[in-house]
Amino acid sequence: MPRLPWRVAKLVEIRQETATARTLVFQIPGWPGHLAGQHVDVRLTAPDGYSTERSYSVAAPEQGDRVELTVELVPDGEVSPYLLEILEVGDEVEIRGPVGGWFVWRPDHTTPVLLVAGGSGVVPLMAMIRARRAAGSSAPFRLIYSVREPDQRFYLDELANPDPGLDIAYLFTRKTPDGWARPPGRITQADLTGASTDIDSYVCGPTGFVEAAADHLIALGHAPDRIRTERFGPTGG
Amino acid sequence: MSIDYLDGNALAGPLGELFAVDVTAAIGTCAGCGAAGPVAALQVYGPEPGLVARCPSCEEVVLRLVRTPDAAWLDLRGAVSLRIPMPETRS
Repeated sequence: MPRLPWRVAKLVEIRQETATARTLVFQIPGWPGHLAGQHVDVRLTAPDGYSTERSYSVAAPEQGDRVELTVELVPDGEVSPYLLEILEVGDEVEIRGPVGGWFVWRPDHTTPVLLVAGGSGVVPLMAMIRARRAAGSSAPFRLIYSVREPDQRFYLDELANPDPGLDIAYLFTRKTPDGWARPPGRITQADLTGASTDIDSYVCGPTGFVEAAADHLIALGHAPDRIRTERFGPTGG
Repeated sequence: MSIDYLDGNALAGPLGELFAVDVTAAIGTCAGCGAAGPVAALQVYGPEPGLVARCPSCEEVVLRLVRTPDAAWLDLRGAVSLRIPMPETRS
Protein backbone atom coordinates (compact mmCIF):
# COMPACT_ATOMS: atom_id res chain seq x y z
CA MET A 1 0.00 0.00 0.00
CA PRO A 2 1.37 3.48 -0.82
CA ARG A 3 2.33 5.77 2.02
CA LEU A 4 -0.63 8.05 1.51
CA PRO A 5 -3.33 5.88 -0.03
CA TRP A 6 -6.50 7.06 -1.71
CA ARG A 7 -9.43 5.68 0.27
CA VAL A 8 -13.03 5.23 -0.78
CA ALA A 9 -15.21 7.79 1.01
CA LYS A 10 -18.97 7.40 1.11
CA LEU A 11 -21.13 10.49 1.59
CA VAL A 12 -23.39 9.81 4.58
CA GLU A 13 -24.79 13.23 5.53
CA ILE A 14 -25.28 16.69 4.03
CA ARG A 15 -25.84 19.87 6.03
CA GLN A 16 -26.63 23.21 4.39
CA GLU A 17 -24.46 25.96 5.91
CA THR A 18 -25.30 28.92 3.65
CA ALA A 19 -26.94 29.38 0.24
CA THR A 20 -23.65 28.35 -1.38
CA ALA A 21 -21.92 26.10 1.15
CA ARG A 22 -22.61 22.67 2.55
CA THR A 23 -20.99 20.40 5.07
CA LEU A 24 -20.43 16.93 3.63
CA VAL A 25 -19.90 14.08 6.07
CA PHE A 26 -18.00 11.12 4.63
CA GLN A 27 -17.48 7.67 6.08
CA ILE A 28 -14.00 6.38 5.25
CA PRO A 29 -13.18 2.81 6.28
CA GLY A 30 -9.61 2.59 7.62
CA TRP A 31 -9.36 6.33 8.33
CA PRO A 32 -6.24 6.83 10.51
CA GLY A 33 -7.58 9.88 12.41
CA HIS A 34 -6.54 13.52 12.16
CA LEU A 35 -5.74 16.70 14.05
CA ALA A 36 -7.77 19.91 13.98
CA GLY A 37 -6.48 22.10 11.16
CA GLN A 38 -5.34 19.31 8.85
CA HIS A 39 -6.69 18.91 5.34
CA VAL A 40 -7.46 16.15 2.88
CA ASP A 41 -7.22 15.78 -0.87
CA VAL A 42 -10.45 14.81 -2.66
CA ARG A 43 -10.17 13.08 -6.05
CA LEU A 44 -12.91 12.73 -8.63
CA THR A 45 -12.47 10.36 -11.57
CA ALA A 46 -14.66 10.47 -14.68
CA PRO A 47 -15.74 7.30 -16.51
CA ASP A 48 -13.13 8.03 -19.21
CA GLY A 49 -10.35 7.98 -16.61
CA TYR A 50 -9.81 11.75 -16.37
CA SER A 51 -9.27 12.68 -12.74
CA THR A 52 -8.81 15.87 -10.80
CA GLU A 53 -8.24 16.67 -7.15
CA ARG A 54 -8.64 19.54 -4.68
CA SER A 55 -7.66 20.09 -1.06
CA TYR A 56 -10.26 20.75 1.62
CA SER A 57 -9.82 21.43 5.31
CA VAL A 58 -11.49 19.08 7.73
CA ALA A 59 -14.23 20.87 9.71
CA ALA A 60 -14.48 18.65 12.78
CA PRO A 61 -12.08 16.77 15.05
CA GLU A 62 -11.41 13.07 14.83
CA GLN A 63 -14.59 11.03 15.14
CA GLY A 64 -13.94 7.41 14.19
CA ASP A 65 -14.21 6.94 10.44
CA ARG A 66 -16.33 10.08 9.89
CA VAL A 67 -14.69 13.03 8.15
CA GLU A 68 -16.56 16.33 7.75
CA LEU A 69 -15.68 18.84 5.04
CA THR A 70 -17.40 22.18 4.49
CA VAL A 71 -17.29 23.08 0.81
CA GLU A 72 -18.11 26.48 -0.68
CA LEU A 73 -19.37 26.56 -4.23
CA VAL A 74 -16.90 28.05 -6.71
CA PRO A 75 -19.26 28.75 -9.64
CA ASP A 76 -16.73 28.07 -12.40
CA GLY A 77 -14.94 25.40 -10.40
CA GLU A 78 -14.35 21.87 -11.51
CA VAL A 79 -14.77 19.97 -8.24
CA SER A 80 -17.00 21.98 -5.89
CA PRO A 81 -20.05 22.07 -8.22
CA TYR A 82 -19.87 18.29 -8.47
CA LEU A 83 -19.53 17.84 -4.70
CA LEU A 84 -22.38 20.24 -3.95
CA GLU A 85 -24.83 19.76 -6.80
CA ILE A 86 -24.36 16.21 -8.08
CA LEU A 87 -23.08 14.06 -5.24
CA GLU A 88 -25.84 12.44 -3.17
CA VAL A 89 -25.88 10.54 0.10
CA GLY A 90 -24.58 7.04 -0.63
CA ASP A 91 -22.29 8.19 -3.47
CA GLU A 92 -18.53 7.69 -3.25
CA VAL A 93 -15.42 9.76 -3.97
CA GLU A 94 -11.75 9.14 -3.14
CA ILE A 95 -10.03 10.90 -0.26
CA ARG A 96 -6.43 10.77 0.96
CA GLY A 97 -5.01 12.19 4.14
CA PRO A 98 -4.88 13.65 6.61
CA VAL A 99 -2.02 15.91 5.54
CA GLY A 100 -0.35 19.00 6.97
CA GLY A 101 1.37 19.08 10.34
CA TRP A 102 1.97 22.83 10.59
CA PHE A 103 -1.44 24.47 10.69
CA VAL A 104 -2.74 22.29 13.55
CA TRP A 105 -3.98 22.79 17.10
CA ARG A 106 -3.46 20.04 19.64
CA PRO A 107 -5.90 19.68 22.56
CA ASP A 108 -3.06 19.48 25.11
CA HIS A 109 -2.01 23.07 24.29
CA THR A 110 -3.11 25.46 27.04
CA THR A 111 -1.79 28.70 25.49
CA PRO A 112 -4.45 31.30 24.55
CA VAL A 113 -5.35 31.16 20.87
CA LEU A 114 -6.45 33.78 18.36
CA LEU A 115 -8.27 32.46 15.29
CA VAL A 116 -8.64 34.81 12.33
CA ALA A 117 -10.88 33.62 9.50
CA GLY A 118 -11.63 35.12 6.11
CA GLY A 119 -14.67 33.55 4.43
CA SER A 120 -14.43 29.79 4.13
CA GLY A 121 -11.08 30.01 5.93
CA VAL A 122 -13.17 29.45 9.04
CA VAL A 123 -13.39 25.71 8.30
CA PRO A 124 -10.11 24.48 9.84
CA LEU A 125 -10.54 27.00 12.68
CA MET A 126 -13.97 25.52 13.41
CA ALA A 127 -12.28 22.13 13.68
CA MET A 128 -10.05 23.66 16.37
CA ILE A 129 -13.04 25.15 18.22
CA ARG A 130 -14.81 21.79 18.11
CA ALA A 131 -11.65 19.94 19.16
CA ARG A 132 -11.32 22.31 22.14
CA ARG A 133 -14.90 21.50 23.15
CA ALA A 134 -14.48 17.76 22.63
CA ALA A 135 -11.37 17.76 24.81
CA GLY A 136 -12.93 19.92 27.54
CA SER A 137 -10.00 22.30 27.10
CA SER A 138 -10.06 25.63 28.93
CA ALA A 139 -7.46 27.29 26.69
CA PRO A 140 -8.86 30.79 25.97
CA PHE A 141 -9.96 31.07 22.33
CA ARG A 142 -10.92 34.15 20.35
CA LEU A 143 -12.39 33.92 16.83
CA ILE A 144 -12.38 36.92 14.51
CA TYR A 145 -14.44 35.94 11.48
CA SER A 146 -14.61 38.19 8.41
CA VAL A 147 -17.31 37.63 5.78
CA ARG A 148 -18.89 39.76 3.08
CA GLU A 149 -22.44 39.67 4.39
CA PRO A 150 -24.21 38.32 7.47
CA ASP A 151 -25.87 35.41 5.65
CA GLN A 152 -22.50 34.10 4.45
CA ARG A 153 -21.46 32.96 7.91
CA PHE A 154 -20.92 29.23 8.34
CA TYR A 155 -21.89 27.40 11.58
CA LEU A 156 -24.08 30.32 12.67
CA ASP A 157 -26.32 28.39 15.08
CA GLU A 158 -23.41 26.58 16.69
CA LEU A 159 -21.42 29.80 17.16
CA ALA A 160 -24.48 31.69 18.49
CA ASN A 161 -23.96 29.98 21.84
CA PRO A 162 -20.18 29.93 22.20
CA ASP A 163 -18.46 27.53 24.56
CA PRO A 164 -17.16 29.07 27.83
CA GLY A 165 -13.85 30.77 27.14
CA LEU A 166 -14.58 31.23 23.43
CA ASP A 167 -15.04 34.85 22.35
CA ILE A 168 -16.34 35.62 18.85
CA ALA A 169 -16.23 38.83 16.81
CA TYR A 170 -17.68 39.17 13.31
CA LEU A 171 -16.36 41.55 10.67
CA PHE A 172 -18.44 42.34 7.58
CA THR A 173 -16.75 43.65 4.47
CA ARG A 174 -19.77 44.58 2.28
CA LYS A 175 -22.97 44.64 4.32
CA THR A 176 -23.60 44.57 8.06
CA PRO A 177 -26.64 43.59 10.12
CA ASP A 178 -28.91 46.55 11.00
CA GLY A 179 -27.50 48.76 13.70
CA TRP A 180 -24.02 47.23 13.53
CA ALA A 181 -21.47 49.66 14.97
CA ARG A 182 -18.51 48.81 12.74
CA PRO A 183 -18.96 50.03 9.16
CA PRO A 184 -18.43 47.42 6.45
CA GLY A 185 -14.80 47.09 5.43
CA ARG A 186 -11.77 44.88 5.26
CA ILE A 187 -9.88 43.79 8.34
CA THR A 188 -7.81 46.53 9.98
CA GLN A 189 -5.24 46.66 12.71
CA ALA A 190 -7.91 48.03 15.07
CA ASP A 191 -9.95 44.84 14.59
CA LEU A 192 -7.05 42.84 16.00
CA THR A 193 -6.07 45.02 18.95
CA GLY A 194 -6.97 44.28 22.53
CA ALA A 195 -5.56 40.81 22.67
CA SER A 196 -2.35 40.05 24.51
CA THR A 197 0.53 39.33 22.18
CA ASP A 198 1.36 36.24 24.25
CA ILE A 199 -0.91 34.07 22.12
CA ASP A 200 -0.72 31.62 19.26
CA SER A 201 -2.50 32.84 16.15
CA TYR A 202 -4.01 30.86 13.30
CA VAL A 203 -4.98 32.85 10.20
CA CYS A 204 -6.83 31.21 7.31
CA GLY A 205 -8.52 32.64 4.25
CA PRO A 206 -7.83 33.94 0.76
CA THR A 207 -4.22 34.93 0.14
CA GLY A 208 -4.83 38.71 0.28
CA PHE A 209 -6.76 38.42 3.55
CA VAL A 210 -4.08 36.27 5.16
CA GLU A 211 -1.31 38.66 4.10
CA ALA A 212 -3.21 41.64 5.51
CA ALA A 213 -4.16 39.99 8.80
CA ALA A 214 -0.67 38.58 9.41
CA ASP A 215 0.91 41.98 8.65
CA HIS A 216 -1.45 43.65 11.15
CA LEU A 217 -0.58 41.12 13.84
CA ILE A 218 3.16 41.61 13.29
CA ALA A 219 2.68 45.40 13.42
CA LEU A 220 0.88 44.94 16.75
CA GLY A 221 3.89 43.13 18.17
CA HIS A 222 2.98 39.49 17.65
CA ALA A 223 6.00 37.28 17.02
CA PRO A 224 5.98 36.04 13.41
CA ASP A 225 6.84 32.51 14.51
CA ARG A 226 3.65 32.37 16.59
CA ILE A 227 1.43 33.26 13.63
CA ARG A 228 0.45 30.22 11.59
CA THR A 229 -1.16 30.86 8.25
CA GLU A 230 -3.01 28.90 5.59
CA ARG A 231 -3.95 30.51 2.29
CA PHE A 232 -6.63 29.60 -0.20
CA GLY A 233 -5.85 30.38 -3.81
CA PRO A 234 -8.06 32.58 -5.96
CA THR A 235 -8.71 29.71 -8.34
CA GLY A 236 -9.39 26.05 -7.86
CA GLY A 237 -12.76 25.12 -6.50
CA MET B 1 5.09 38.85 -8.08
CA SER B 2 1.35 38.32 -8.20
CA ILE B 3 -0.79 37.35 -5.27
CA ASP B 4 -2.04 34.23 -7.09
CA TYR B 5 -0.26 31.78 -4.88
CA LEU B 6 -0.97 29.23 -2.21
CA ASP B 7 1.37 28.35 0.61
CA GLY B 8 3.46 25.40 1.67
CA ASN B 9 0.48 23.76 3.37
CA ALA B 10 -0.52 22.78 -0.18
CA LEU B 11 2.65 20.67 -0.43
CA ALA B 12 1.54 18.37 2.37
CA GLY B 13 -0.33 15.94 0.14
CA PRO B 14 2.19 15.74 -2.72
CA LEU B 15 5.18 15.46 -0.31
CA GLY B 16 3.21 13.04 1.88
CA GLU B 17 3.35 10.61 -1.04
CA LEU B 18 7.14 10.57 -0.71
CA PHE B 19 8.12 11.04 2.92
CA ALA B 20 7.28 9.33 6.17
CA VAL B 21 7.44 12.60 8.11
CA ASP B 22 5.44 15.76 7.51
CA VAL B 23 7.90 17.96 5.62
CA THR B 24 5.62 21.04 5.76
CA ALA B 25 6.44 21.43 9.47
CA ALA B 26 10.19 21.34 8.73
CA ILE B 27 12.20 24.57 8.98
CA GLY B 28 13.87 25.33 5.66
CA THR B 29 16.73 27.75 5.09
CA CYS B 30 16.68 29.65 1.78
CA ALA B 31 19.81 29.40 -0.35
CA GLY B 32 19.04 32.84 -1.79
CA CYS B 33 18.78 35.02 1.31
CA GLY B 34 19.32 32.73 4.29
CA ALA B 35 15.83 33.27 5.72
CA ALA B 36 14.61 30.32 7.78
CA GLY B 37 10.99 29.35 8.20
CA PRO B 38 8.55 26.48 7.94
CA VAL B 39 8.00 24.87 4.56
CA ALA B 40 4.27 25.56 5.22
CA ALA B 41 5.00 29.30 4.91
CA LEU B 42 6.61 29.14 1.45
CA GLN B 43 4.68 30.75 -1.41
CA VAL B 44 3.49 27.98 -3.69
CA TYR B 45 2.59 28.32 -7.36
CA GLY B 46 1.02 25.52 -9.36
CA PRO B 47 -0.09 22.79 -9.43
CA GLU B 48 0.51 22.61 -13.21
CA PRO B 49 2.95 21.82 -14.68
CA GLY B 50 4.52 21.38 -11.25
CA LEU B 51 4.58 22.89 -7.78
CA VAL B 52 7.06 25.75 -7.32
CA ALA B 53 7.69 27.00 -3.78
CA ARG B 54 9.31 30.39 -3.30
CA CYS B 55 10.89 32.05 -0.28
CA PRO B 56 8.45 34.55 1.30
CA SER B 57 11.39 36.89 2.02
CA CYS B 58 13.28 37.04 -1.30
CA GLU B 59 10.98 35.12 -3.67
CA GLU B 60 13.77 32.82 -4.87
CA VAL B 61 12.70 29.28 -5.75
CA VAL B 62 13.33 27.01 -2.75
CA LEU B 63 11.67 23.77 -3.85
CA ARG B 64 10.13 22.34 -6.99
CA LEU B 65 8.09 19.17 -7.27
CA VAL B 66 6.86 17.61 -10.50
CA ARG B 67 4.84 14.43 -10.55
CA THR B 68 4.83 12.20 -13.62
CA PRO B 69 2.84 8.97 -13.91
CA ASP B 70 5.79 6.88 -12.74
CA ALA B 71 8.07 9.27 -10.85
CA ALA B 72 8.32 12.36 -8.69
CA TRP B 73 11.03 14.96 -9.39
CA LEU B 74 12.04 16.92 -6.33
CA ASP B 75 14.42 19.86 -6.81
CA LEU B 76 15.70 21.29 -3.51
CA ARG B 77 18.63 23.33 -4.79
CA GLY B 78 17.15 26.52 -3.32
CA ALA B 79 17.21 25.10 0.19
CA VAL B 80 20.43 25.09 2.20
CA SER B 81 18.87 22.69 4.69
CA LEU B 82 15.66 21.32 6.07
CA ARG B 83 15.38 20.90 9.83
CA ILE B 84 12.80 18.19 10.29
CA PRO B 85 11.19 17.85 13.72
CA MET B 86 11.55 14.31 15.06
CA PRO B 87 10.08 12.64 18.12
CA GLU B 88 12.67 12.65 20.92
CA THR B 89 14.56 9.43 21.39
CA ARG B 90 16.34 8.36 24.58
CA SER B 91 19.39 6.19 24.52
